[in-house]
Amino acid sequence: MKKRTLLDESLIFERSSPGRVGYSLPEDDLPERQLLQDVPVDLCRTALADFPEVSEGEIVRHFTRLSQWNLSAATTLYPLGSCTMKYNPIVNELVARFAGLAQLHPLVPDEFAQGALALLYDLQHRLAEVSGMDAISLQPAAGAQGELTGMKLIRAHHVEQGRPRKKVLIPGSAHGTNPASAALCGYTVTEVPTGVGGMLEAATVAKHVDDEVAALMVTNPNTLGLFEREIVQTCEVLHARGALVYMDGANLNALMGVAKPGHMGADVIQFNLHKTFSTPHGGGGPGAGPVGVKKILEPYLPNPRVVKERGQYRWSNDFPRSIGKVRSFYGNFGILVRAYAYILAMGSDGLTQATHMAVLNANYLRKRLEHEFTIAEATPCMHECVFSDRSFTHSGVKTLDIAKRLLDYGFYAPTIYFPLVVSGALMIEPTETESKEALDEFADALLAIAQEIKDNPDTLKNAPLLTPVSRLDETRAARHPVLRWRKEPMKN
Amino acid sequence: MRYIPHTDSDIAFMLATIGAGSVADLFAHLPEALRSQAAIDLPLGLSEAGVRSRLTELAATNRVSPETVAFLGAGAYPHFVPVVVDQIIQRSEFATAYTPYQPEVSQGTLQTIFEFQSLVAMLFGLDVANASMYDGASATAEAVLMTKRLLPQRTTVLVARSLHPQYRQVIQTYLDGVSGLQIVEIPWGADGRVDLSQLSRHLDNTVCGVLVGYPNVFGVVEDVAAISEAAHKAGALMATSTAEALALGLLKSPGELDVDIAVAEGQSFGIPVSYGGPGVGLFACRERFLRSMPGRLAGETVDHDGRRGFVLTLSTREQHIRREKATSNICTNQGLCSLAATVYLCLMGKQGLRELAERNVKKSHYACDLLTQTANYQQQFSAPFFNEFVVNVPNARATWQRLQGQGIVAGVVLEDWYPELKDCLLLCVTEMHTRGEIEQLADELKRNA
Repeated sequence: MKKRTLLDESLIFERSSPGRVGYSLPEDDLPERQLLQDVPVDLCRTALADFPEVSEGEIVRHFTRLSQWNLSAATTLYPLGSCTMKYNPIVNELVARFAGLAQLHPLVPDEFAQGALALLYDLQHRLAEVSGMDAISLQPAAGAQGELTGMKLIRAHHVEQGRPRKKVLIPGSAHGTNPASAALCGYTVTEVPTGVGGMLEAATVAKHVDDEVAALMVTNPNTLGLFEREIVQTCEVLHARGALVYMDGANLNALMGVAKPGHMGADVIQFNLHKTFSTPHGGGGPGAGPVGVKKILEPYLPNPRVVKERGQYRWSNDFPRSIGKVRSFYGNFGILVRAYAYILAMGSDGLTQATHMAVLNANYLRKRLEHEFTIAEATPCMHECVFSDRSFTHSGVKTLDIAKRLLDYGFYAPTIYFPLVVSGALMIEPTETESKEALDEFADALLAIAQEIKDNPDTLKNAPLLTPVSRLDETRAARHPVLRWRKEPMKN
Repeated sequence: MRYIPHTDSDIAFMLATIGAGSVADLFAHLPEALRSQAAIDLPLGLSEAGVRSRLTELAATNRVSPETVAFLGAGAYPHFVPVVVDQIIQRSEFATAYTPYQPEVSQGTLQTIFEFQSLVAMLFGLDVANASMYDGASATAEAVLMTKRLLPQRTTVLVARSLHPQYRQVIQTYLDGVSGLQIVEIPWGADGRVDLSQLSRHLDNTVCGVLVGYPNVFGVVEDVAAISEAAHKAGALMATSTAEALALGLLKSPGELDVDIAVAEGQSFGIPVSYGGPGVGLFACRERFLRSMPGRLAGETVDHDGRRGFVLTLSTREQHIRREKATSNICTNQGLCSLAATVYLCLMGKQGLRELAERNVKKSHYACDLLTQTANYQQQFSAPFFNEFVVNVPNARATWQRLQGQGIVAGVVLEDWYPELKDCLLLCVTEMHTRGEIEQLADELKRNA
């Protein structure tokens, strides 16, 4: 096969040559000293024999080339439902790198970190205001860790009430992290049936609530992009039995300035700062997943917490009922800084406008596509819209094929086959930062694909045709796992 | 608002297309009681200049080098970051992509994850590594949970008391509510390493895992080989947790010491301390435990034309497929930080990582010698250390506070973490500390003696 210089980039290990270097250490300003007087030789490792040996320029070229193989939110519309791939403002990157923030060690005395503490304190206040919650912990490192933290808080509350209870109710449309987080806290998961549009019905939920239910985990808007109309009544049903409500805040981008989870009856939510608050997704992190709680759960928040006394800020561990810690130090601070910069830039007006335009965009796309693709639910959608595969299954084309074909049109694909309650789901979330023109281009591409399904479905089954690599064999990857480079390939 | 493109005429056109009278109509189906009290009471948005000046002000209120000198490690390590690292991770093709669900247009992310996994596996001397965890502490907690998954009948995990206290707190939080697993702490002996006799007293067939810091929180290099051997004799799994990943550039790899699961905080690899986050959790294990591993994995495969490519694989372990039966609830991780670590390790390479690790040994031991020889302080532990050490300083807290007034942070007052360690300071010295700074520390401390 002919090697394509710009497209077939070797692994860095294959570009290595003994003796080449890509580093320089800071000058050594100390007198000579023998290593062996400090660390005995029997503690030292064998050489990192297969580590790369490459020059600086070659490393820059290697990673620059690789980067160009990615589609990204900066490259194109990235309509990944449930992920809120909005524009990541460049100024956030600038401020997070300010030496006073990036070079600050987490264990310096609080007197040396007043700026950082003030930032965290104010960010907590702002998140509480947006969500209608009473208190915030910024410690969780990601949305899923926020969920875990939230469920630990709920468990702590029930333990103090006398027993942890056994069950957590979760609708089938929930993100997989919900049941996984509940299970990690020792709960068994009961799937609660839903009505039209995967929506909870208070009366149905009531039938499933008994004294062993610790909490309901609900996503609002749900993963079909629909607002849970009976959310207030549903929360009341839970509270009446002493159970609590965990609200997955993944879809908060649909609610800012429009409805506050705290008013709906949520006792705890997590914020995904990499979704709603514009911090970059980074190819899969780092994000940040702060939790917001009502007063009832505040005593259990992770340690330490920022407190303000006489105009000075300090860390306090003086919360004996705390669940402890979920990660070291205080959270993904650098990400919190970016989210803070975003909230400053947006202000109350901008955040509300973001929600308005995100919902307008989703509804506009839905309208433009509904004649060719089957809408999963007829009720008005919020920030994302979900289509099923019903309009094209007869042609033998799968949702996956449509996703792959979209790549040829220069777009990233929507989330597919999720939520599980929709057959062959295509879950599209445009976000507010896409213009009408961008939405039209995307809709036109999907409509062109709908036409291809009628005229030439094979085009879709072979897609993508224009990407750096063609469709990859995922089955082979799982059956014969090759998870690292080795000098001598292992014999399977 | 500059991040939002909609003009009034765009909005009017789109509303007409939808058939809605106004933007408010799009929300009309929400309960009135919620809508009526949803206004956000925060200041209006700022210009870019306004954002920059507010953040400049906050950053300026913090005190960092060169204005102050901090001899602090203890889980976050100041190291030199080559300019290339930050340049690469700021490429928006990397920074603004997401989880590579569509591999055909995500080969950049996937190949770098594959390279990351390869580098981490080599560094640990183990078979396989995952695509990263949140941080060292949560990775350690996940390692403990994994030992329980592998040996479900067993009920105890032995954790060295000398493991970073925050890591132990996170383990405790993660284990709370996980039935049938209790933690037993193993004390350190006089030299600062795990007390092997105490260890063997607790090692029996109820133990699923033994966990030690490598190096431990005091910077001390544990005798992992001896601990592994004891653990394996009892049928338990051996796990190590490394808060200062740079140590693995010099010290024997966990794999060489017969460790089953090894985790680390990788912040030292090209990531600023950033007030404690984000960093990156490194996680590796033996091949045969692969399917019990938490987190994401990238694997090699081929495309339709037979070209090499990479995909996310073995995801049936994960929450989005397995839901409540998943090996972990972790979804995404620390992608961009793992990229930083990858670029950093490629730059440092085979020679550089070793040389830098040796430089850290040299500088920290020079500092330790100065404090023990010229200032006459006692070193608390005799076992070899990497780049952190503990000295016994009378009136440690008052001394520490006096030095703070001079703009020097003399490490961590260990009594805050270990009540039994009165008058002890934990100091860290890396390649970033100059000879002048080290000597200034010694001089200031000498004024005390």
